[in-house]
Amino acid sequence: MATHVSAGTTNRRGFLKLAGAATGAVAAGGIPAIVAAQKAPSFPKGTKLNILEWVSFVPASDVEFKRLTAEFGKLAGVDVTVDLINMNDLNPRIASAIETKSGPDIIMMINNWPHLYADGLVDVDDIVEEIAKRDGAFYDINRKINIVDGRWKGVPFSNGNGVWNYREDWFKEVGANKFPDTWDELRKVGTALKKKNLPIGQAFGHSLGDPNSWAYAVTWSFGATEVDDKGKVVINSKETIEAIKFTVAFWKDCLDDGGLAWDDSSNNRAFLAGTISATINGASIYFVAKRQFPEIAKAMNHAHMPRGSAGRFYYVGGQEHTIMKYSKNQQVAKEFLRWFMDRPQYDKYMAANDGYVVGPTPYWEKHSLWEKDPKLVTFKEASKYGRWTGYPGPPNRKASEALVKYILVDMYAQAIKGMKPEDAAKWAEGELKKAYA
Amino acid sequence: MANERIEPILSDSARPAASAIPASVAVAIPRPRRPTRWGQLLEREHILAGVLLAPTLTILALFIAYPFLLGIWLAVSDKVVGRPGNFIGLENFRVNLTDTIFLRAFQNTFVYTFIATILKLTLGMLAALLLNHHFRFKRIVRASMLLPWIVPTVLSTLAWQWMFDATFSVFNWVLMNAGLISKRILWLGDGTLAMGCLIAVNVWRGTPFFAITLLAGLQTVNPDLHEAAEIDGANAWQRFWRVTLPLIKPIMLVVVLFSMIATFADFQLIYVLTRGGPYSSTHVFGTYAYEIAMRAAKLGQGASISLFLFPFLLVVIVFQLWYIRRND
Repeated sequence: MATHVSAGTTNRRGFLKLAGAATGAVAAGGIPAIVAAQKAPSFPKGTKLNILEWVSFVPASDVEFKRLTAEFGKLAGVDVTVDLINMNDLNPRIASAIETKSGPDIIMMINNWPHLYADGLVDVDDIVEEIAKRDGAFYDINRKINIVDGRWKGVPFSNGNGVWNYREDWFKEVGANKFPDTWDELRKVGTALKKKNLPIGQAFGHSLGDPNSWAYAVTWSFGATEVDDKGKVVINSKETIEAIKFTVAFWKDCLDDGGLAWDDSSNNRAFLAGTISATINGASIYFVAKRQFPEIAKAMNHAHMPRGSAGRFYYVGGQEHTIMKYSKNQQVAKEFLRWFMDRPQYDKYMAANDGYVVGPTPYWEKHSLWEKDPKLVTFKEASKYGRWTGYPGPPNRKASEALVKYILVDMYAQAIKGMKPEDAAKWAEGELKKAYA
Repeated sequence: MANERIEPILSDSARPAASAIPASVAVAIPRPRRPTRWGQLLEREHILAGVLLAPTLTILALFIAYPFLLGIWLAVSDKVVGRPGNFIGLENFRVNLTDTIFLRAFQNTFVYTFIATILKLTLGMLAALLLNHHFRFKRIVRASMLLPWIVPTVLSTLAWQWMFDATFSVFNWVLMNAGLISKRILWLGDGTLAMGCLIAVNVWRGTPFFAITLLAGLQTVNPDLHEAAEIDGANAWQRFWRVTLPLIKPIMLVVVLFSMIATFADFQLIYVLTRGGPYSSTHVFGTYAYEIAMRAAKLGQGASISLFLFPFLLVVIVFQLWYIRRND
């Protein structure tokens, strides 16, 4: 059980005592000694730390994060400030910070961004190794997106997994007592649901989350990939064509035909309005339902991505914390991340998120919150099936270019609009070759 | 400082008694200062002009010229965030011309700009002609006309997003209840229709600017000219075509050119409504450049997409300046 552990309530005097020991240890033995001391050293008066985070979809998460940073500030004698900005504004802020060499000391990043901004980031191998030693190995997805050229550039923070949200009551009405385990079974159930005017909902427009959740996961589960592990474009394959054919058939038989115009929030609204019976999403639908539509919360549940011929896959966009190379406060930034990711603190952070985020190591699958609400259990299990942009190749800048051009999403969307599956795969091949040139 | 004695100039009748006022008073007259060296310099017209222009030129250099030159440098470099760029000549432009999404964005930018500008001009002119008449609540109507232009674009576009929503569109609700459609229209779910929606919102937002500016132009037209034309037997269309239009043509051209430049560089409206989707059918230069430069961190490539606008905008600006000068 993870709710707990070590010195959860250290007061300032105790902290300083430990910090003093740690600081002494630094002089004597450097970083490994701090690690051994398990606590941050105190810092010269006036030391500052500025952290840039996204505005979480769970307001309590931001409140808890700020509370924890204030606690660290008090214990370490550091003036900590947290700036919260919209997720979509993070990229321009990071670019300008790195180019002008000024700005936050720690920046929260999403997905494979450490690969995009690696030249502006400090290596954090020491912190990450310490966490892995304590909590066990990180999920593959978190390793891949944070390791650039053999060095850890980000400290894995959390995963916000999108799983199937579905109406148990309506699925039962068409004879599905549990959520189908394969894509073909889901298509059969979905066909019956659409005939009852209860289609499944899936976005195929341009937005960061949902369209990619389908495009990447379905491609992989049919055994296709954009590139091989060396980065050679291999999308134009019979597996891809099968995945496209399946998606087009699924669109006609099972899906709400509004999907081409949907963004990441459309399915939330449609599910809560009762116009769709299932959709891929984070826990946000369930949280809103619990607060505002308890009857929907009662009737819904979550399930894993179905298996295809190659297995079960998720497109997971993990989150991480990075320390900026230009920062004059790199040591305090490291100590903050070390302290924050330690069990007593991260435990509270996860509890505040109530299941919206999952820790970056399997250790956090044992957190007590998962026992509180069994309907959230699927979320904690999804990370181990997670793959990254550009899988099985590295999630590098080329993979990002393919992502921001929505090549996979548009491959499916164009086929849905009538392009032949073979032509759609060929189109994607041409675009990917340019991105990977 | 020297004092100079002067005699008061008063008529005898107005002259007060000699005992009440002295016959003469001492008044301080400033003697012209000898100009300082700095003052002498400022008296030279070209130096004064330079001094007066300096703040503006500094601002222009810092905020217009520097970013522009930096943009040109980025466009001919392989610059990515965090790494110094190397000069690669026109390679980024060559890559753009082989990119189907870019070519679509190129086409979209022109379609979006030209159709939207023509519609804005037509509707703006009609609105201006109507508003140029006297009617009750004229001032309120004129002021409220400006609302779409004043409201922040992101805010108004979010409202439009709701109106075009696939599930909850108010347009679909009205059309269905009026019995005009039996199946919902997916406003943003089809490339052509989505582009039509983007143009419609741009027209809604930009028409007030045309209307108010053209209205200002209409009010400068001398009513006598209309009366004279009417006496000569010109009908309403002829009066508009032969009298009004030639007189407001200069202002009309300036508005059109300004609007074209702004529409060419549009970003917010499209990014909020479609982000270039579905299937990259609504990207314009601005949105595509943002995705490549910011989300893929390829600043050089992104700058080259943005800079594709430059030759066209240069022609527009040169024409605009030439036209204004010619009329001067």
